[in-house]
Order: sequence, then structure tokens, then C-alpha cells
Amino acid sequence: MVLMGRAEPLVLGIETSCDETGIGIVRGRTLLSNTIASSMDEHARYGGVVPEVAARAHLEALQPAIEAAVAEAGITLADLDAVAVTSGPGLAGALMVGIGAAKALAVSLDKPLYAVNHLVGHIAADILTGEEVQYPTVALLVSGGHTSLLLVRDLVSDVELLGETMDDAAGEAFDKIARILGLPYPGGPEIDRAAATGDPAAIRFPRGMSRASDMAEHRYDFSFSGLKTAVARWIEQREAAGEPVPVGDVAASFREAVVDVLVTKALDACARHDVPRLLLGGGVIANRRLREVALERAAAAGVAVRIPPLSLCTDNGAMIAALAAELIMSGRAPSTLAFGADSTLPVTEIQVAAA
Amino acid sequence: MILGIDTSLGTAVAVVDRDGVVRADESRTDPLGHAEAIGGMLHDALAQAALGPLGATSPEPIALTAVAAGMGPGPFTGLRVGIAAARAFALGRGIPVVPVASHDAAALAILLADPFADLPRFAVVTDARRRELAFTVYEGVDDDGLPARITEPALAPRDDLDARLAEAGAQRRDVDAISGAMVALVAARALAAGRELASTEPLYLRAPDVTVPGARKKVGT
Ligand SMILES: [Zn+2]
Repeated sequence: MVLMGRAEPLVLGIETSCDETGIGIVRGRTLLSNTIASSMDEHARYGGVVPEVAARAHLEALQPAIEAAVAEAGITLADLDAVAVTSGPGLAGALMVGIGAAKALAVSLDKPLYAVNHLVGHIAADILTGEEVQYPTVALLVSGGHTSLLLVRDLVSDVELLGETMDDAAGEAFDKIARILGLPYPGGPEIDRAAATGDPAAIRFPRGMSRASDMAEHRYDFSFSGLKTAVARWIEQREAAGEPVPVGDVAASFREAVVDVLVTKALDACARHDVPRLLLGGGVIANRRLREVALERAAAAGVAVRIPPLSLCTDNGAMIAALAAELIMSGRAPSTLAFGADSTLPVTEIQVAAA
Repeated sequence: MILGIDTSLGTAVAVVDRDGVVRADESRTDPLGHAEAIGGMLHDALAQAALGPLGATSPEPIALTAVAAGMGPGPFTGLRVGIAAARAFALGRGIPVVPVASHDAAALAILLADPFADLPRFAVVTDARRRELAFTVYEGVDDDGLPARITEPALAPRDDLDARLAEAGAQRRDVDAISGAMVALVAARALAAGRELASTEPLYLRAPDVTVPGARKKVGT
């Protein structure tokens, strides 16, 4: 195949794993368009992403998003060297919309198709910042859909899952606590706002999966459901006692518990694997307290932190295109047309159905 | 030449030329696996169509002018795969999408099976899951050669359908596969007549299944 090893492939990436319809276009490591249509507003009244609502929104958003991305990049579809798509992990019905479109676009244009891993895509987003990226790196990916700690030795061939959440994703925990506090969806920015007036040390909420007994098997795993229950119980007790609920203190203390456990485990992974680099990705990186604590404690530990711009941290198609471009530049053959959506695709499968 | 795609029941991809001659007709009855199947089927249908009409001695290039998309009704997850594919394919070629009600394609297949029979009023009936059926009532073809719809596609509980059809005076015709060629043919006839037969919206016929969170649940102490 002529394409393999090409210097600067022009790739269009399609991402539909959750509630963002992302179309990205890259030329090698250069970002040409990062077009995102979000259905977040449609989920607001349900307090979380509704899979069927997300899938319907993807179908409506895809064509206009592709047209907008192509226009912004100043290319034509016929110029593309390849099409890329997220095949998992994510919401199956949502993924299938992107997969159907990507396969048809590839066949229509007679171009190769690369089916790639969403989580590894988050890591690839860093490449588009235009700065020199070094491996190995530990990567902490935090969003409404995932909370994963990864060790990346090589982006296209060696990504290891160190740990992940055993129950809720961190972003989900923010949404649920916001709901308990009577704050709207999405919870992240609302908790942040409320926390601004609160004391993060006011209430000591539990740090999930952080007991000595957890360290053997779940050193790098996360759990946020116990924290959620602890917050709910604390509020109920206040209410039962007829005392007012200090929303600011609860928000700040809850956020501190989440941030603490995320940063502690990430830096522990850096230390144990002797990797002085930490990459942050996923939509929850928008949380300013998380960035602050990570930067502060990493500096103290001698770990360099990389945080791509937020538009590349939230789910997007550019990261999918970027990962495919790296696969192409390293000589990988395209995927066959036979793959499907894999809602639990392991992070070790960087590319799916390689020919 | 028109590419027809339908994933409202199984997966179907076909290419039909301007004269209504079927150049490729791929189908799978599997009610799942649309996302897996669609790419290879598109690829194979184009390759087959490029061989030329039956009996042709040399391959000829195919010039697609439109993509016909079966818009349902059908189980949503599968249905969307075909519509997404139809739109993306059309975008890649810079050609229009012609939305087709999938039941129209099934009705045309029934009517063409015996073009000289004077078929009484009938209903195309397909599975809509959750103990419901989707149905559309037809009677003959109109002047444009298209099935004449008496009712719009609708859902009925499994146990109520026969009573509803008796009321409408329609014979029940259960359908478990939609032909991509018939989807393309309906589109060809609609285009020739300058008519728009279906909306660009999928025929979901059902609001998304969601529950609005109620009051906070007690966790107790
Ligand atoms: Zn993500």
C-alpha cells in the first residue's frame, strides 16, 4: 500500500463515542480542523448522557460537521489520504453511527480506513499541540465516561492500562453530587462555582481505593461511588439535625477528595515506573482545581505535566485523526471493513481490525 | 445509477441503473451486525455493479447519481447505521441523498411480484420490538409507478394490529427483509416524478427511552 509510511498524511477522524460529534482533520501532526457538535444541552434535563438521545443527535450532526470541518481545513474530501474512526470504548449505539458513516465515506472515496481506540486518541491529542512529545509518559484521562491511568511507552504500539474506575467515572461523580446539591447538569463547572466560596478542608470525605488493603490489587484503580454515598449521607445528617447544608464547603471538600485521589495515584504511578512525565486528558481536565493541584504536586515531585488545550482534551475527532496519522506514518496497514463497535475495547488495542 | 441502502431490518445494499435494471443486490437478514456488515457490502455492491449488466462482456465504469436511504421504521440502532452510511457516502461523491420510507420499498416489492394481479388493499407489517409492530397501508400503484400509501407508517401493539387492519380493510403482509434494490427503485421513480416521498428525518415513531430523574433517593445512615 502506497500510503504506509507517508510523511504527512491528510486524515479525517470521526468520533461519536459519547455526546460529542467530533470531526477532525489533520495533516500529519498539524491540526487543520477540530469541529465539534455537542448534544450536551439535550441531556441536561435528564442529569446525564442518555444513549438514545446521543445517538440520534450524532446522526443529525454528522453530515453538517463533516462539511464544516472540510470547509475550515480548506480541503476537499477527495484530497484525503485516509479516514479514521473511533471503534470503542464508548456507547455502542453512538459508536455505530460514526462507524457506519466512516466506512461509507472510505468506500465512497476509495480511501483506507483506520479504526482506533478512543482512549489512545486522548493521548494522541497531545501531539497536535505542536510541541515535542516524549515517551514514556503516564497519562491520566478523566471525563464523564472514563477515569483511566495509563502508561504510554509508545503511542502506536505500547499503551498499558495501569488502572481505571471500578464504578462511576470522575465526571459522573461530579454530575451526581451536583444533583444532590440541587445544581444543574453538567456538574463539573457548577461544583467548581459552588466550591469557590467553600473550604476544601471543611469535611474529610473518603478517598476511594486508597486504603493500604487496596494497594495490592487496586493501586491505580479508582472508585467514586463510596464518595458519592458519603456526601449524600453527610447532607442527610445535616438536614435531619435541622442544620443548613454549607453547599460551598460540601462542593469544595468533595472536589478535593476527587482531585486528591486522582493526582496522588497519577504521581504514584510516575514514581513507581520512574517516568517523570504526566499527561492529562479528558473533559474533567477543565476543572481548574485539578490542574492546579496536579501542577503543584507534580512540580514538587519533579514530574513535568502536559495539558493540551481544552478543545483537544474533551472528546474530539482531531485526536482520532491524529492517532491514525501516527499509525500511517509508522507504516501500519489500514483496518479491514469488518469491525464493529466495541463498547469495552481495551486500551491495549490501539488499532482495531488491522489488515 | 442509484445506490440503495437500508438497515431498517437486516442490511441491504444495491445498485440500480437508470432503466431500473438491478446491477448489484447484497443483503443479509441478520437483525444485528449492521455496523460490521455495511462497509464490506458497499464495497462488494460497487464491485459487482462495475461488472456491468447481466451478460455484459466488459466492465464499465459506474456513475452513481444519488444514494437512496431507507429511513425506517425499524429498530433505531441498526436503522441509523444505514442512514449515516448513505449520507456519508453521498457526501464523499457529492451526490444527493433521497430518503425513502422503507415500507414503500417493501410495498413496491409486493406489487411488482405479480404486476398483473389486482392486489387488494394491504399493509406492510414489520417488527418494531417491544411487542409492537410497524405498519403502513397501501393500495395499488399511482401514476408514477409508486405504491399508493393509504396510511402513514405507524406503530400498533402486536395484539391490536389485526383489529386495526380489519378496520382499514387491509390484508396483512408481514415483511422480514427490505430490498436495497427496491429502495433504489422507489427513489428512481420519485426522482423521475420530481416528488419527495419521505422526510429527511428517520422514522423512529417512538420518543427516546429516558427517565427524568426524580427526587433524591435517601441513602440512609
Ligand atoms: Zn473521552
